[in-house]
Amino acid sequence: MEAFFLYGFLQRAFLAGIFVAIACALLGIFLILRRDAMIGHGLAHVTFAGVALGLFLNVMPLVVALFVAVAASLVIMKLKVKAGLHGDTAIAIFSSVGFALGILLVTLSQSFNVDLFSYLFGEILAIEAAEVLFSIVLAFVVVLLIVANYHKFMYMTFDRESAKASGVKVERLDSLLTVLTAVTVVLGMKVVGILLVSALMVIPAAAGLQVASSFKQAIIYSICISVISVVFGLVFAFLLDLPASGSIVILSFLAFGILFVFGRARR
Amino acid sequence: MDSVAAEREILIAIQNVTYSYGYGDVLKDISFPINQEDFLAIIGPNGSGKTTLLKIILGLLKPRLGKVKIMGKTVEEFADWKKIGYIPQQATHIDSLFPVSVKEVVAMGIPSSRWFLRRTREEEGRISRSLQQVGMEKYNNRRIGNLSAGQQQRVFIARALANHPKILMLDEPTTGVDAQTQGHFFEMLHRLNREEGITIVLITHEVGIINKHVAQVACLNQTLVYHGSHDEFCRSDEFKRMLADGHHLVSHHH
Repeated sequence: MEAFFLYGFLQRAFLAGIFVAIACALLGIFLILRRDAMIGHGLAHVTFAGVALGLFLNVMPLVVALFVAVAASLVIMKLKVKAGLHGDTAIAIFSSVGFALGILLVTLSQSFNVDLFSYLFGEILAIEAAEVLFSIVLAFVVVLLIVANYHKFMYMTFDRESAKASGVKVERLDSLLTVLTAVTVVLGMKVVGILLVSALMVIPAAAGLQVASSFKQAIIYSICISVISVVFGLVFAFLLDLPASGSIVILSFLAFGILFVFGRARR
Repeated sequence: MDSVAAEREILIAIQNVTYSYGYGDVLKDISFPINQEDFLAIIGPNGSGKTTLLKIILGLLKPRLGKVKIMGKTVEEFADWKKIGYIPQQATHIDSLFPVSVKEVVAMGIPSSRWFLRRTREEEGRISRSLQQVGMEKYNNRRIGNLSAGQQQRVFIARALANHPKILMLDEPTTGVDAQTQGHFFEMLHRLNREEGITIVLITHEVGIINKHVAQVACLNQTLVYHGSHDEFCRSDEFKRMLADGHHLVSHHH
């Protein structure tokens, strides 16, 4: 506890981690129920290409990654709707091509170094003050936009056709949700890294869904599990000198396991 | 009956609608009006274009030829979609594991005027009143997936009612519902029609569910085979032919 007040890097990590955890958990519920759980995974790989491009051009990798991820998310969505690619095909293609591009760019810019690894595996304990601000502001915007469209998002996720018939602009909201997902992936990258960011979006939400009997409950449980995982993951990482990303994801998985068993038993 | 119908306002005018999915016409030159306070059943065999017509009226599909006018406006101009309550076919479109309570389902139809999950007292009132209207007020906090098909149907009607609709459009509302529940269900629709003045349009492939509550019938089979009062329909050759065919009377055998 003393350490928390002593070390600025711990405060920064907690602050950024909690905000990003909330955004991930909230979005995760919609993604899972839309049967779009893999989009986070695919976009994370595309984000790698963005980071690599940033390292290659020597401009802020986080910002470049943000633009690349948002652009890719919209293309994936259009491909899914317009080009008639089956189910996850667009995601599968983008995810591998994104990673391939990333590897090429990283090699060309000769930046196979610690910096790159911090993007791949997350390095929240080393997060800078500017990045904390960046993460908090964006996470806040993501949460705000979801909250503002809460009923519409719920309506179209549950019953798309009726939502459309009652005048909800589902295509526009699809794009919004996709862009928010891309932004959140980039944010989550700072916390748990590219390779584990989809876990932060999917596992707490999946855990919450095991026991929720209303949408409100699903969202509250999901946010709680996500925040608890991040907080205790960071504590363990600091005390036991473990990687934060791995600790966070394993903790959220434990929560999922417990609620899964509990949910089955109750049903 | 028809003289009364002539005095009532035309809510929806279907004008020469033709639709094709790319292989021949599914609907050919369909024209008929839906008047205020009609209790209309659109019937026809599977694949006769009933659902397609419903989706055209709702603006979910665009007709190849012809147009639909709702309260005097074309589908493109019409904006007040909350006044048209659409209840899709249940069995096919609900994820039974979806974590949403009965109250939340009804609430999702009401655009939020306040912040996040908060509702005004007026909105809360609309939600509980519409649940009462369909006799589901005791199920407020139940998860929708735990209800029977018939109960789910009522909740979806409540969702539409919360917006004070002028018309309810139901796609095969009695699929998977037993005869007794069906009877209660029609009585409820009848009450909404008589007491609240809500126009009812339902589509079905079962001639058998056309009962005393249904006032008008439109019979589709690519073209409009019949449109008029229920009583006349029962005396028509078309009805006798359908009865003789038999296969529309019982539920769904492909």
